Amino acid sequence: MLKLALVGAPNCGKTTLFNGLTGGVAKTANYSGVTVETRSGKFETLAGATVEVVDLPGVYGLDAGSVDERVAVDAILGKLPGETAPDALILVIDAAHLRTHLHTVLQFATLGLPLIVSLNMMDLAERDGMVFDIPKLEAALGVPVIATRATRSAGRKALIEAIDANRHKLESAAVARQEFDLKDLQRQARKIANEVIVHEPAMNQFTRMVDKVVLHPVGGLVILFAILFFMFQAVFSWAVPFMDVIDGGFGSLAEFVSAKLPDGLLQSLIADGMIAGVGSVLVFLPQIVILFCFILLLEASGYMSRAAFLLDAWMMKFGLNGRAFIPLLSSFACAIPGVMAARTIENEKDRITTIMVAPLMTCSARLPVYTLLISAFIPAETVWGGIGLQGLVMFSLYMAGIISAIIISFVLKLTATRGPSQPLIMELPTYKVPQPRDFFLGLWMRVKAFLKRAGTIIFASSVVIWALVTFPLNVEFKDTIAGRVGTFLEPVFAPIGFNAEMVISLIPGMAAREVAVSVLATVYAVQGGEENRDGIAATLAAGWSLPMALSFLAWFVYAPQCFATIATVRRETNSWGWAGFMTAYLFALAYLASMATFWIATAVGL
Amino acid sequence: MTLDQLAKGVVAHITGFQSKTGADNQDAKVVSKLREIGFAEGDEVELMHTGLLFGTPLSFRLNRTIIALRKREASLITISTVEQAASR
Repeated sequence: MLKLALVGAPNCGKTTLFNGLTGGVAKTANYSGVTVETRSGKFETLAGATVEVVDLPGVYGLDAGSVDERVAVDAILGKLPGETAPDALILVIDAAHLRTHLHTVLQFATLGLPLIVSLNMMDLAERDGMVFDIPKLEAALGVPVIATRATRSAGRKALIEAIDANRHKLESAAVARQEFDLKDLQRQARKIANEVIVHEPAMNQFTRMVDKVVLHPVGGLVILFAILFFMFQAVFSWAVPFMDVIDGGFGSLAEFVSAKLPDGLLQSLIADGMIAGVGSVLVFLPQIVILFCFILLLEASGYMSRAAFLLDAWMMKFGLNGRAFIPLLSSFACAIPGVMAARTIENEKDRITTIMVAPLMTCSARLPVYTLLISAFIPAETVWGGIGLQGLVMFSLYMAGIISAIIISFVLKLTATRGPSQPLIMELPTYKVPQPRDFFLGLWMRVKAFLKRAGTIIFASSVVIWALVTFPLNVEFKDTIAGRVGTFLEPVFAPIGFNAEMVISLIPGMAAREVAVSVLATVYAVQGGEENRDGIAATLAAGWSLPMALSFLAWFVYAPQCFATIATVRRETNSWGWAGFMTAYLFALAYLASMATFWIATAVGL
Repeated sequence: MTLDQLAKGVVAHITGFQSKTGADNQDAKVVSKLREIGFAEGDEVELMHTGLLFGTPLSFRLNRTIIALRKREASLITISTVEQAASR
């Protein structure tokens, strides 16, 4: 089977072309902020040949800097483990930027692999008023050049026809790789550009106008914060009705199963263990969907790199760089895609710093813990003329995470990750209307990954927790396995005000933080039975003092990482050292913060 | 004159690149990155926007493309504001 790789600069419309060719049916290794792992799919040409096509991360040339670019170059050279090298390359180039990026084509041509050039987003370039002499470009490059509009099937047809027409050429073996001098290639590329670009108007005027507002030194920051504020508002308020539906659905399902199955271990395992456990996590799906909707739209429109531009100087002060913005923003949904999105950061030290602080961004899994404790302990009063006290506490918890991240990255920059910071060389793409197909496929990829996690790690841990709180049978809760572990560990946590029940909830919380809520529910439900939110809140309010509750909240700001995050950090840093360091420092911070909170709250008489 | 000194609204042309440090050839690496993203001799550049803090980063129009750099990176690109007849 013919294997083609799509190669090109970031934002050249490669992914749109890939989705168009394959219909979006693709295998992908994992999920992330952008095109990070290679995605591969298949399509049939008009002549009936099956072609495998691989979508690679954006690269400007062969001099790979970031992890992302290295993956792309390694895939092309066949150095990626388990992947064969492509037979030929489709070089995708944004027609509107032909002059600036033409040398990328010449650079990949030195590899000796057969090539087809796709002069992409031709419609947008033509709308700007650009005119090209394509036959002349073909002659100058000596390879087929096809004008494509990745969004239209008619715009892809020409490319597929060219693949058929040049089939034997594409399948012919690669010739020897040539050495090159980038300066010479550029000179050659500019000379070709002068000949083939018949008319080249000034840059996209819409982009120029929007940037005047969006990149304004003060106004731009105001807009950025307004967008972020709106986004979080949406995540926390729009999701509520959907979450209620999911919550209710799982509740009814558990009831239904309980009614159908005879009382006993099996009923308890399925209803209390499996359904309640997985349900307590799936309830966050609406929030994750909304957050990723925003991230995908901001990315596809071209705004995301503007946000990185606006924040670069600020983040530099704290030892990060502007590109850390996207990973850190994703971490508010879940640290795992955040840690993976850090791959686009070229400088290894900046990347490590970003990964180390990503878990301090309050992920959506911590939300149920916050919500439960706030509703149980913080009165629904307004302070300072109309600000809700509960909302204020929630906001402070988020801010505590962000401020800690700033301090930690600052300290890391002075110590472990010291060194010159990465240069910032980043293209700000022309603004575009996001493509619905790309948007929905991107969203589906994230949703699928989340569901897979719920179906595997969370399902398994739910069953394990159920077993721990159930066995040995017919004893008081304190005598179950979980109860004994909690009692054993209680002295360690006594200085920070935790009781045995709280300690028990921390252990499965390592599998997934949100499980802490269902554990508290299970633990206290041993007497009560019902898994009713208000019921738990009332039980907690009666059983815990306010300093205990605040201490528990403080713990969750730094909450020891879930195993999945630690495993991801281990894989992304390729080091147990960094994964261990992160776990240790988060534990230490959590312990110290809880202790300080508990004793200060006790001292002031709360 | 180097690119970081360019005033807003003035169109300049790139005349070359310079490497300022000798330490570990760090600048040479940055220069090749600048070339990869598209900066080349003869290209048209124009300063578009600057950041709020200390006037960095900077966004430039390079031909029809916009690219963001910090002052440090921009200082490695030498430019001339005199209209060059030969190059485009």
